[in-house]
Amino acid sequence: MASRIEILNDGGFRSDGRRQFELRDISIDFSLQGTADGSVTIHHGLTQVLVSVFGPREAKLRSQTIHDRANINVEVTVAAFSTGERRKRSRGDKRLLELASTIKSTFEPVVQTHLYPRSQIDVFIQVLQLDGGLLPACINGTTLALTAAGIPLFDFVCAITGGVHSASPMLDLTTLEENDIPHITVAMMPRSEQVTLVTMETRLHVDRFEEIFRLAVDAGRVIHNEMRTAIQARTGSLVASLGSGQKVEGETGVVTMMEINES
Amino acid sequence: MLSFVSFSHQTDFSHSGSTRHHPGVDDLMDIDDFESSGSKLTYPGEIITSSQAFMRGHGTYVDKEDVIASVAGTVERVNKLVTVRAIRTRYNPEVGDLVVGRITEVQPRRWKVDANSRQDAILMLSSVNLPGGVQRRKLESDELQMRNFFEEGDLLVAEVQAFFSDGAMSLHTRSLKYGKLRNGQLVTIPPILVRRLKSHFISLPCGVDLILGLNGYIWVSKQVKNSDQGEEGFDAEAVYSNQNDDIDNATRIAISRISNIIRVLADHFIPLNDTILLEAYEWIIEQEGEIKDLLGDAGEALVAAVSNRG
Repeated sequence: MASRIEILNDGGFRSDGRRQFELRDISIDFSLQGTADGSVTIHHGLTQVLVSVFGPREAKLRSQTIHDRANINVEVTVAAFSTGERRKRSRGDKRLLELASTIKSTFEPVVQTHLYPRSQIDVFIQVLQLDGGLLPACINGTTLALTAAGIPLFDFVCAITGGVHSASPMLDLTTLEENDIPHITVAMMPRSEQVTLVTMETRLHVDRFEEIFRLAVDAGRVIHNEMRTAIQARTGSLVASLGSGQKVEGETGVVTMMEINES
Repeated sequence: MLSFVSFSHQTDFSHSGSTRHHPGVDDLMDIDDFESSGSKLTYPGEIITSSQAFMRGHGTYVDKEDVIASVAGTVERVNKLVTVRAIRTRYNPEVGDLVVGRITEVQPRRWKVDANSRQDAILMLSSVNLPGGVQRRKLESDELQMRNFFEEGDLLVAEVQAFFSDGAMSLHTRSLKYGKLRNGQLVTIPPILVRRLKSHFISLPCGVDLILGLNGYIWVSKQVKNSDQGEEGFDAEAVYSNQNDDIDNATRIAISRISNIIRVLADHFIPLNDTILLEAYEWIIEQEGEIKDLLGDAGEALVAAVSNRG
């Protein structure tokens, strides 16, 4: 075997005890950060990303306004302590700029920017812990943060990495696995079943591609389910507390369907 | 534009036995869903209903035959118009709304105002009251001394007058109720928590005035006596003054308490109105705590107390 680390042992387990197609734990926290319109902290296993969305708001620079739609501005910062090897990255780091522009182009067709001409939507992504799957975590976090900020989207965007280790495909890779085996990142829209992003930084055999790709799309649906549950729980609790205040006032602001039918 | 697909579908529809030119609104909606939760909650990309029988409103889009939600929120319906109201979003202005804003920029014959909306609002020089009478014409000298009226960073209360073609709102302050804000502090809350009321100027008995901007900006200030304000008594000095009045200690404490109450209620996503504020204020006076306690454990107790009384 080429690498010193056993990626997949004879029992079918990976280095962190998962099976081939098992995803890592996903936890989603919608606590609001500062004055952000929507923010979310998402964990994919040990990868932790904090996304804050501001806007739509007036563009800071006149040059950034687009007359018929909103401009999406994405900035990614990786905390120095987030990776195994402590390293401070400058704001102009080419890798981070590329990551930001990938995220921006992933979301441009998904966000209904035409509703907000001349505005700007700022997405600030802070990587707090990095253990593989950076791009998927950023994309999933951005979807959730945009939804939390009430920005209209055509659909969710659900992303996941997939790789192949000597003919056996696996999903949601950690840093260890990413360093060793060829992998791709896929972002898909679950309702329309469209794929908005496929990227690959390593060489992958063309025969393996379709298998991993299909697996990743399936995994995207699983992630969509998680994200949807989180969004619904948040909306539900906010609506509930909104309603509890209305009881005091003795009027309902949210007109329910039942009321319309009765009248 | 109508597509031929929808025409052919219509004819298919009538061929299938029961011809229904105006399909009942009720039978396409999933009624059970609404009964279980009170109001239906959506997520982006969720199919709400068929586009054949319904019109799409805000927060939705049409793809092929379906009306689909684009935001997370509650479904609302007026006859055949289906809208989804996002649970947390920026302020969507409507003409006649009262807003509190902050000047961000002084431009030729206009001010730019941050009003928590998707773009900065615009306050034209021609839509403010200038010293020397309400009916006075605007002169070139007025343009030159615009910073004497409003400067960058000044807070003001205004009304939404109209919209520009790109959706930006135009404000006006042509009433003695509107104008520059002094003697208080600003609290920002989600706009959905401020409901439309008969009056957005609230005077609390504890010596505090409130201005509930529909954009979620709330001005908490010392009470002013409105007896000395008449149409004739328009005093430009006073209206555009940058100087705070003397505020005694008791009023300062009351202002801080009210501001903290608003913050706590907003944290718990409870809609704001004068009765709930008064109840909360009375409860706090009973508790005799420090002002800052409210932002800690006392806040939780306050919310519990207020929601129990209701």
